[in-house]
Amino acid sequence: MSEIAARPPNAAKKLVYRHALVVRITHWINAVCILFLLMSGLQIFNAHPHLYWGEASTFDDQNRPIDTFLSIGAVRNADGERDGVVQIMGGDFIYTTGFLGLSQHNGEPAARAFPAWLTLPSGRDLAAGRLWHFLFAWIFVINGLVYVVYGLAGRHFWRDLLPSRDQWRSFGGTLWDHLRLRFPRGEEATRYNIIQKLAYIIAILALIVMVMTGLSMSPGINAAAPWLPELFGGRQSARTFHFISAFLVVLFALVHIIMVIVSGVWNNIRSMITGRFSIKQGTRK
Amino acid sequence: MSQRLLVNRRRFLTLAGGGASGLLLAGCDSWSTPTSTFRTVLDQTDKLTEAAQRLVLGDQTLAREFTEADISLHFRANGSTEIDDPEYNRMAAAGFADYRLEISGLVQRPLSLSLDDLRALPARTQITRHDCVEGWSSIGKWTGPQLSSVLDMAGLLPGARYVMFYCWDQLNQARLGRLHYYESVGMEDALHAQTILAHAINDEILPIRHGAPLRLRVERQLGYKHAKFLRGIEVVASFADIGEGKGGYYEDGDGYEWYAGI
Repeated sequence: MSEIAARPPNAAKKLVYRHALVVRITHWINAVCILFLLMSGLQIFNAHPHLYWGEASTFDDQNRPIDTFLSIGAVRNADGERDGVVQIMGGDFIYTTGFLGLSQHNGEPAARAFPAWLTLPSGRDLAAGRLWHFLFAWIFVINGLVYVVYGLAGRHFWRDLLPSRDQWRSFGGTLWDHLRLRFPRGEEATRYNIIQKLAYIIAILALIVMVMTGLSMSPGINAAAPWLPELFGGRQSARTFHFISAFLVVLFALVHIIMVIVSGVWNNIRSMITGRFSIKQGTRK
Repeated sequence: MSQRLLVNRRRFLTLAGGGASGLLLAGCDSWSTPTSTFRTVLDQTDKLTEAAQRLVLGDQTLAREFTEADISLHFRANGSTEIDDPEYNRMAAAGFADYRLEISGLVQRPLSLSLDDLRALPARTQITRHDCVEGWSSIGKWTGPQLSSVLDMAGLLPGARYVMFYCWDQLNQARLGRLHYYESVGMEDALHAQTILAHAINDEILPIRHGAPLRLRVERQLGYKHAKFLRGIEVVASFADIGEGKGGYYEDGDGYEWYAGI
């Protein structure tokens, strides 16, 4: 903190043009799509809250899912009341009443994997959830294609996202600075640091996996491209990876939003709207 | 103390989450109802999806077929698994000896086929993956005549575009009341090589829970298109005047997509 006080009052700030128009527009469309896709996706998941590995699901002779990777549901406890539970790979129940498995909806406890405030629509409605999901999936894919074509043709990927050799060399130091929330200044602040670059690359790859695993669940696409679900080990594995990569995207979005807030919320938001990003001059010691 | 803390935190999380998504959801919930205007926008997505899939799929492409080793130990039975209809149950008790499948509509020769007639037709056997709209899959081996053979016997008339399937099972639809199940497919799927009227699963006579005595297989679409307990087939030019005009029980009642390739 002392170094802030030591700086002259009119510490030089410089506005740099950071985000191209295409990046800004596709960013916000993408953000809206991901929100809708996530919430409608959780609605779809709620229709069968069990994940499996392999080509097909596994049931016992009573139609009950067995050998699942993940199951969310409600069970009756010794007092005859219901508990919301999560079970991972056949392990012990993790009690999640109020959030997963059993949660309040319209003032009543409802047996549902994800709670009403996280799903679209809020009530149980697989048909509507699917309609929302596929509408936004189309917008997401078209928007994503615009971004990828721009990123390749406009050199955005190589210029802004591919870590340079000097960044790889100073990886450890950058990580240490980043963990202490010490953000770069001056010339160094005009480009993404290597942690940011890697995070964005992983997020883009996770979103591509989302599309591929999503298409792997379509019986029509499966007939046209039988190799696609096999890339992930079968249709049910693809569904499981769809869920896992959605979880990674949520994780990315949470960290992304936290970092936007702690590294100067208005400056960051302005730069993603107008393109102009204000950097502090000088270098950190 | 921890109990109280948990409850408070839970309530706080619920309130915070609810507040943030509440506005969005309230709007989207009312936009999602089957009668809302925006629903027609949502419904158009299915047409776009169908057009795009047909472009990459073509009419003839087969769904992947699996091996005996891939067959699910327990193929999940879904939808109606028993039938509350005295006439059906009397037929079932008699081994469906007097069962008839009626073929009507835009055909040159309306037909009434017994199970023996259907079994006498050249059969196709295929091991395929059944994908339910809910998200699960089961792999089973199905045997039965191709729908195209039956349609050939009847002879299609000009204008034939869709094939309707009427079923013995009844379901309680929240909005429309108690209805017999019905479904439909377009001609490209009706004439597809893997579209069969299955009378056997895994080399055994089709049991009631899987739709005895006859169920449709449309391998490139989701489970709800695979009508069970078939009673009649009608070839039509349009299904606009059938039910609510969307082509099937789940399409009319709950707003599921007519094209179920995704």
